[in-house]
Amino acid sequence: MDQFLLQVLNGLDKGSAYALIALGLTLIFGTLGVVNFAHGALFMVGAFCAVSMQKIFEISKVTIDATKTDFLGNPLKVKTPYVIEWFGESAGNAMINWSVPLALLLAIPVMLLVGYIMERGLIKHFYKRPHADQILVTFGLAIVIQEIVKASYGANPIPTPAPSQFVGSFDFGVLLGMDPNAVIYPYWRLIYFAFSAVIISAVFAFLRFTTFGMVVRAGMADRETVGLLGINIDRRFTLMFGAAAAVAGLAGVMYTPINSPNYHMGMDFLVLSFVVVVVGGMGSLPGAVLAGFMLGILESFASMNAVKDFFEMLYLPSIDQIVIYLVAIIVLLTRPRGLMGKAGVMEE
Amino acid sequence: MRPDLGRITMSNFTRRGLLKTGAVAGAGLAMPTLITSPLAAYTNEPTGGSVTLGFNVPQTGPYADEGADELRAYELAVEHLNGGGDGGMMNTFSSKALKGNGILGKKVEYVTGDTQTKSDAARASAKSMIEKDGAIMITGGSSSGVAVAVQGLCQEAGVIFMAGLTHSNDTTGKDKKANGFRHFFNGYMSGAALAPVLANEYGTDRRAYHLTADYTWGWTQQESIQAATEAKGWSTVNNVLTPLATTDFSSYIAPVLNSGADVLVLNHYGGNMVNSLTNAVQFGLRDKQVNGKNFEIVVPLYSELMAKGAGENIKGILGSTNWSWTLGDDGTKAFVKAFGEKYGFPPSNAAQTVYAQTLLYADACERAGTFNPCGIAESLEGFEFDGLGNGPTLYRKEDHQCFKDVLVMKGKENPTNEYDALEIVEITPRAQVEYAPDHPMFAGGDLGQCNPGA
Repeated sequence: MDQFLLQVLNGLDKGSAYALIALGLTLIFGTLGVVNFAHGALFMVGAFCAVSMQKIFEISKVTIDATKTDFLGNPLKVKTPYVIEWFGESAGNAMINWSVPLALLLAIPVMLLVGYIMERGLIKHFYKRPHADQILVTFGLAIVIQEIVKASYGANPIPTPAPSQFVGSFDFGVLLGMDPNAVIYPYWRLIYFAFSAVIISAVFAFLRFTTFGMVVRAGMADRETVGLLGINIDRRFTLMFGAAAAVAGLAGVMYTPINSPNYHMGMDFLVLSFVVVVVGGMGSLPGAVLAGFMLGILESFASMNAVKDFFEMLYLPSIDQIVIYLVAIIVLLTRPRGLMGKAGVMEE
Repeated sequence: MRPDLGRITMSNFTRRGLLKTGAVAGAGLAMPTLITSPLAAYTNEPTGGSVTLGFNVPQTGPYADEGADELRAYELAVEHLNGGGDGGMMNTFSSKALKGNGILGKKVEYVTGDTQTKSDAARASAKSMIEKDGAIMITGGSSSGVAVAVQGLCQEAGVIFMAGLTHSNDTTGKDKKANGFRHFFNGYMSGAALAPVLANEYGTDRRAYHLTADYTWGWTQQESIQAATEAKGWSTVNNVLTPLATTDFSSYIAPVLNSGADVLVLNHYGGNMVNSLTNAVQFGLRDKQVNGKNFEIVVPLYSELMAKGAGENIKGILGSTNWSWTLGDDGTKAFVKAFGEKYGFPPSNAAQTVYAQTLLYADACERAGTFNPCGIAESLEGFEFDGLGNGPTLYRKEDHQCFKDVLVMKGKENPTNEYDALEIVEITPRAQVEYAPDHPMFAGGDLGQCNPGA
């Protein structure tokens, strides 16, 4: 039971990241009709907003301490972050400690700008081109972004810890009347799940309850008719591209304390998230979210020792890395449009 | 009509035609010489005033930072071999054959290749350096899979391979080759060095749970650590193989919580290590009490660059390394000074091993008096040396593995600077990490015969 609960929590957590990225992918596909393979790179750029925020807070004034020496025997250079110099020790340290949540404030404008430049500068030229061209150009763009980040920040992972208040785990076992420590789960992963639930709800509420959202939905259903009504739907779709980039970026920022970010993290998520979109149904926002959580949970269960032992008993290798693809095959064989896909999407 | 065999028909045979035909035939006959150099005694025998070495390191991909540090060390070694800089470890090396005038009087030049930490890419770049650039020796790498693949290629091509960072037992075990030499330590040595320290620190009644990267290095390290710790009284609860592509280890960490294990051994390297350790700490493993003992985590193979990536999570965790810039011997001091003054920060484990390998190769050429791979191999086999930062060291003849002291390291609780993530717990003497050439963990391979190529 404890293992079951733990893997459900793990699945929800993994699913949160898949769902957030898949949501953005679907939003772009639904509005602009573009299969954006650079979306994982946007997730990674968001994560590096957190790294940048941390580095900004750590920009230091260098003084020489003649009483100590460095590894070469030269007088030691002592670094004092300017935020401590300017705001005092407690406020300065608090800013450094909370650099990940504070990076959300940096990520929103940065990601909107990156999304806007990406759409206006490159992707709009491919609207009328085949999907294969769109995939190739966005995949190429992802590699370019990746290499720029690597050249700027290096190839190694960079630790970006959560605020010290959220280090540690919550004891679910005690809450459910089980033994202490039976089911514990890290605070930050719970926060990530809650954060993704808020973002997903906000996107749905925005599309459902605002006039802007209503026009966008109408444009997704029938772009031409909305255009004939005198509404500049292209401008709104460009803004939605920026919004989708911001969603991916925010997901990336909050993910950094879970795994130290590196330049390759976007690619790690992209393929899985694309499968999530296909399983959920191309163009279906609820489908993307549902499939994200479903596949996250299935992936977690597949890596349970009991499941591995079962497959070993049948002389089969474990399926933890391929379960998502197996499910995708089954879903596409039985429901070719995905779980919640609509007729006519990518079927021309 | 019967042909007239006694008469030569000259109708279509002009002087110009003869010259053209001759030129084509001559070029055709010369072709094999250009490709295989049948007159050369060995592959890429240097004929001019310089000799070219091939540095095959990951310049892109997840180990690019380690590759960059290796490249820095190679460039420093070339500078020192050509008489530049302060000479670094050439001044402390027990062999005095190197004179600072290149190798055998030829100026050392180099070409670089990008392994991308992929076996096929590494083989392709090594092949290109040998065939197009005339590299006489290939060295480098930050992965055992790559090292084994490139070592095999060098054996076929007839050049020496001086392995860089490769820790799998297989490199000098079942996949050993006569043209390949490894200075770096291996999984068995990590186990032999770590197990006594683990038993001493955590007791002999421990239950270990292993998470292991699912490829040659992970398998051999896990086998080595399990055998060494079980010999000290530990038991092994489980060994779970994790795919190399895994980024989030939470679903592998969760089962550890209630498995009855009180130690988690992470047979992971690089990004895998950073992520699995971070995840284990997030799940509160280090705060847990199991079987009346504090839960402990062990990372058998450390890298300074990756330790930085794990940040605070590394504190207090035991592991092993081939070398550390904090050692106090003269060789280490000379190398750290030369490297630090040139680049502004201390060298990594990977940098030291490739620097040492370059000097060892050059020194072997000088002592053998030739660039012939077979002469060099003979010169390196059984070679005893000192002054390269690892204490007295032997290049064993039977498997081309270096035997030297191994460092047991611990994540430092209060680092004084960003390069100070690890501290030395113990310098395990060479005798404790030695094993017989036919040890079962290294069995199954054949060194074979040296191949000079050509």
